Amino acid sequence: MADTEQKKKGLGSVVINAERCKGCGFCVEFCPTHCLELSEQYNAKGYHPPQLAIPEKCTGCNMCGLLCPDFAIYGFLFKKKQK
Amino acid sequence: MTEETMDVDISMPTNTVEEFLRMERMPHIWCPGCGIGTTVNCFAHALETSGLDLKKVSIVSGIGCTGRVAGYMKLDSFHTTHGRALPFATGLKLANPDLKVIVYSGDGDLTAIGGNHFIHAARRNVDMTVILLNNFIYGMTGGQVAPTTPIGATASTAPHGNFEEPFNLPYLAESCGAVYVARWTAYHVRHTTKAIKEALLKKGFSFVEILAPCPTLYSRRNKLGDGLDQMKYYKDNSKIQNDADTKTVGLGFQGKIIVGKFVDKDKPTYLDSMNEFYAKKFGDKYAPYKG
Amino acid sequence: MKADPKGVMAGAYFIDGDHACAEGAIAAGCRFVAGYPITPSTEVVERIAERFPLIGGMFIQMEDEIASSIAIQGAVWGGKKAMTVTSGPGFSLMMEHIGLAAMTETPCVFVDVQRGGPSTGLPTLPGQADMMQARWGSHGDYGIIALCPNSPQESFDLVIKAFNLAETYRVPVLLMLDECVGHMTERVVIPPADQIEIAPRRYWEGSQEGFLLFKAGADRVPPMVKAGEGYNVHVTGLTHDERGYPVMSAAAQEKLVRRLVDKIRLNAGAIVEVREDQTEGADIVIVSYGITSRVAVPAIERARREGAKVGHLRLITAWPFPAKRIRELSRTVSCFVVPEINYGQMVREVERCVAGRTRVERVSHGGGAVHDPKDIYAKIMACGKE
Repeated sequence: MADTEQKKKGLGSVVINAERCKGCGFCVEFCPTHCLELSEQYNAKGYHPPQLAIPEKCTGCNMCGLLCPDFAIYGFLFKKKQK
Repeated sequence: MTEETMDVDISMPTNTVEEFLRMERMPHIWCPGCGIGTTVNCFAHALETSGLDLKKVSIVSGIGCTGRVAGYMKLDSFHTTHGRALPFATGLKLANPDLKVIVYSGDGDLTAIGGNHFIHAARRNVDMTVILLNNFIYGMTGGQVAPTTPIGATASTAPHGNFEEPFNLPYLAESCGAVYVARWTAYHVRHTTKAIKEALLKKGFSFVEILAPCPTLYSRRNKLGDGLDQMKYYKDNSKIQNDADTKTVGLGFQGKIIVGKFVDKDKPTYLDSMNEFYAKKFGDKYAPYKG
Repeated sequence: MKADPKGVMAGAYFIDGDHACAEGAIAAGCRFVAGYPITPSTEVVERIAERFPLIGGMFIQMEDEIASSIAIQGAVWGGKKAMTVTSGPGFSLMMEHIGLAAMTETPCVFVDVQRGGPSTGLPTLPGQADMMQARWGSHGDYGIIALCPNSPQESFDLVIKAFNLAETYRVPVLLMLDECVGHMTERVVIPPADQIEIAPRRYWEGSQEGFLLFKAGADRVPPMVKAGEGYNVHVTGLTHDERGYPVMSAAAQEKLVRRLVDKIRLNAGAIVEVREDQTEGADIVIVSYGITSRVAVPAIERARREGAKVGHLRLITAWPFPAKRIRELSRTVSCFVVPEINYGQMVREVERCVAGRTRVERVSHGGGAVHDPKDIYAKIMACGKE
């Protein structure tokens, strides 16, 4: 939770299992807020996994998770802390 | 600056799809850009929100790339012979009507070699859900022509192009008696998830056709780019027409795609019909068949 | 365990082999039948269709034999004892699924009421030419059990045995009738349910944790489960490991398929059943099965009256073949005579086991009728002349 004060957060975020990714590009293309991009990094199989380029735009809608044929990414909503 | 900046609890849930998968068998065999895995997400989410008792859910598939779905699902799963998932599923369901039986297979498996079984299972209105993944090709065996391959597309056994009229699957399903008929594409993940859930909860023979990319064979042979290009084609060319007349939803090569829920009606299932019929005939002597 | 009295029509009847077979299946606890009409087997499913609704059974006439032969397997995994019934052309169609049942170790019964072949052949007349197909008909290596009744009474008795063997060895079992046995009407005694011994399905009774659907016990037979209990089984026709997950390797093949073959081969001692009459000290032994075993009797009796020392060995189990017994007899017998309504099928097994130690003569009949006992007698006497 270190960098939460400064950065604006979106409504949610993603979890990426880079090693499972096969670089199909579905998540990047169809993310409704276009907050994902393919990274420059390679995974062990030589694919470019996605990364959350613009975290504050992530709505946690999980469109990426539904689209991913390799179960390599999913989105989640931040829970509001109970006061 | 403020919150979104209010205190939030960043909990990291797991990907709930994984609860439905045999994770020890990952990675799966499907190609980069193949749409099958996408539909599995939809299926898993539909199951999750359906309220069904997962112990009672059985998945039956045939042979082919889509046929491999059964092997990856953490459910009672049956990977049967080519084309014969439906009769196996019929036996399974009629032996134990408490089971929720799902047939998940490909276009070639279900409508070529399995065509006869398809029309009879629909005719009988056996209570089961059929998820047919249509990638217009026989993928597993290297890209042969299928009864769904559009006119003009090439395949390894139609190298000069296919001239055979393909099936209009929603029309076929409706005319054989299916009570729920829908078509979506792998791009339409939310609609697909909703349709699968409706189909799961529907009594009778419910049918969902999902168009999905086969980048390695169908797309590559026909110079259609990769899986993502095919998904973009689905997005740009699909028109949602719920309640469309299924006669009109046939598919051409890279043409317009009509998606939607076309049929949603009620009819007694095979067992309902049987029990009602025999009760009438035998009166008190007949105990309704429950498995 | 004993038969369920609800299905057992105890009493003495005058019915044909097909009908007796249906009653035997019911007595054995079969409550799912999927079939397709084909002469001369149709009467089996017709009787099942008549009887099942009031005893809680499920009969469905499927769209073809291919569907029938796999619908029964779905029913088995749904928890039922299941059977299908056919004749030659349908038997050929069912071959892929007999292999599937063997590979997935799905206990079920396939009845073949043999008729003249090949192809459409002689639908209403007898043949015994599916015997090798019964053993080898599906592609690949596997073990299988096949039984041969020679009367309506045996059609009743042996279908029960077929179900019991299927459950004991988690294997498909074939019941090889022929048109004569199927269509002959004779006295059949159906005992009361408490006198009928039934083998229950060998359901796993241990904990679900770590259960392996294809891990065999010492007898090479794994335990069974059914869908709907939370086991999350995986059943596939692909070569698989003990979990049931596909494994594409020669090592997995050796481990699995060798066991499927050995399961029957090395348990043959407990499975094989023959009926012998005066084979001890015999000079000539007739090896027969099905209707031919009855036609052979007058021939044998006539030969004996004329002083020939003739024994009769009748196959109850055609597969596994009683190799050990034939080998034993081949040391003392001067000639085996094998009459069959085919151009030589089970005789090849006799020849294989005899391995040249003594004479083996065939009495072939192409089909369409039973042998004339005179032809069998003539062959017996010709043997004796050596």
